[in-house]
Amino acid sequence: MLEVKDLYVNYGAVEAIKGISFHVNQGEIVTLIGANGAGKTTTLHTISGLTKAKSGSVTYDGHDLLKTEPSRIITLGIAHVPEGRHIFPQMTVEENLQMGAYTSKNKDRAAAAMKDVYEKFPRLRERRKQMAGTLSGGEQQMLAVGRALMGEPSIILMDEPSMGLSPLLVKEVFAIIKEIHEAGITVLLNEQNAKMALSIADRAYVLETGTISISGNAQELLQDERVKKAYLGQ
Amino acid sequence: MPKKIKTNYLINFIGLLVLFAVLYLLFENGVFGARTNYFKGIATTACYTIIVVASLNLLVGIMGEFSLGHAGFMSVGAYASAVLTNAVADKGIPDFPLFLLAIVAGGIAAAITGVLVGIPTLKLRGDYLAIVTVAFAEIIRVAFTNFEITGGGRTMSGITKLSDFYWVFWVMVVCVTIMYMFIRSRFGRTVKAIREDYIAAAASGVNVTFYKVMTFTISAFFAGIGGAIYAHYMTAMIPTSFNFMYSAEFLTEVIIGGTGSLTGSIIGAAFLSALPEAMRAFARYRMLGYSIVLVLVMIFKPGGIFGTWEFSLSRVLGKLRGKNRKEAA
Repeated sequence: MLEVKDLYVNYGAVEAIKGISFHVNQGEIVTLIGANGAGKTTTLHTISGLTKAKSGSVTYDGHDLLKTEPSRIITLGIAHVPEGRHIFPQMTVEENLQMGAYTSKNKDRAAAAMKDVYEKFPRLRERRKQMAGTLSGGEQQMLAVGRALMGEPSIILMDEPSMGLSPLLVKEVFAIIKEIHEAGITVLLNEQNAKMALSIADRAYVLETGTISISGNAQELLQDERVKKAYLGQ
Repeated sequence: MPKKIKTNYLINFIGLLVLFAVLYLLFENGVFGARTNYFKGIATTACYTIIVVASLNLLVGIMGEFSLGHAGFMSVGAYASAVLTNAVADKGIPDFPLFLLAIVAGGIAAAITGVLVGIPTLKLRGDYLAIVTVAFAEIIRVAFTNFEITGGGRTMSGITKLSDFYWVFWVMVVCVTIMYMFIRSRFGRTVKAIREDYIAAAASGVNVTFYKVMTFTISAFFAGIGGAIYAHYMTAMIPTSFNFMYSAEFLTEVIIGGTGSLTGSIIGAAFLSALPEAMRAFARYRMLGYSIVLVLVMIFKPGGIFGTWEFSLSRVLGKLRGKNRKEAA
């Protein structure tokens, strides 16, 4: 479904991604884990076209994403939930959601999608006229996810959804991810919280300063000595 | 819902008609006696200032970027329209079509400048963009002091007097209405989203640069219209009037009125453009007064006097009726 091959990304003279390759199959939850600065966010930004790659290839259902405009990529069914709950604070919850259906030309479908999102997150319906900036951290994360769902994606790229949330909310967010996955949406998840991520993922890749050091089945990685030592604190 | 919006527009339009009728009767019946033309002049000044300030508010309030060079766009509109009307002066075009032609030409000329300035600079944000706009306005000013066609450093005079208050009033109404509709549209919402968080906007599939350049262009267009009215009201102008202080004045009016509130821009512009006339005796302290007001507003109401609130006559009527009902019950 999504295939990244030999990808290189530079920020000026700094090599952020040094030739990584991975793939995501339809219906999977795949997670990229690794420390700060390993290149997880850069990878997602490159897939959704927000950052330009130096070389390599990113293909999605036969489309060459590196040659596609970012505003077109979302119409292919790729939604991106950026890191750190990038919502529009001075706009209402409803306006935030409407922005998620920005590329959809069909008003009825956008309305139906909004109904679905409200069903999934009743809290958002309660607060739909409220400024998004006044929501709690967890609700903002819900909103960011809801906004991504408005585009009716077939794959959702999630960047550190647990960042800055209390342990209780982290659990809630992961429950949401599971739910999205059960609804038939493929998930590519960036996480620092390796334990949580590995517990819900099918497969995982470990990023270390721009290269993939370990990869494999998520359950196996949970038992892997190297992963345990470096990321699980055991 | 659309029907309700239509009624809202209609009610507010009727309100404007009443306001216009009052002003018309006041001016035509000579209530102000010999000073009628003087007051008409102030009202005209207020109208074109409102257009320019509202257009700047599109940038500051909706797009969240500062422009300290709006007088530059205004001068482009002013000079372009003046050059055009001078060129066709002896063609026998009636005044009203000529006036419309002038303001459209002024708007388009400024809009083109907006695109030219916008494309290379709108990758910048915040302070950096503000500095570029200052530089742009200075370049325009210096260019106009050196062009033959704009009268060089001398005053360009003999521009046909076309800006009649009664026309200018309605041009102002149309411009502000279009800007209001722009803010409320899908386009406006997208621009707000970019202001709020451009990464999230881009991730939602928004072409950020396109929208920023477009908004900049629309803003420049209306500033150009303001400039065209200015030129055909003053009938004589000099490039140095469109200096940095003039741009700063517009920005002050936007901020005092409320960033993001067209109501604030209208009242800010109308008030502050009438104020210097009312306080002629204190003219030299005017900028001092502005600065103090600006500082006070920034301290006590950083969002401006009106914040993002918009006046609506239908809402006021609704409230009054609601109150009456309560009293009746």
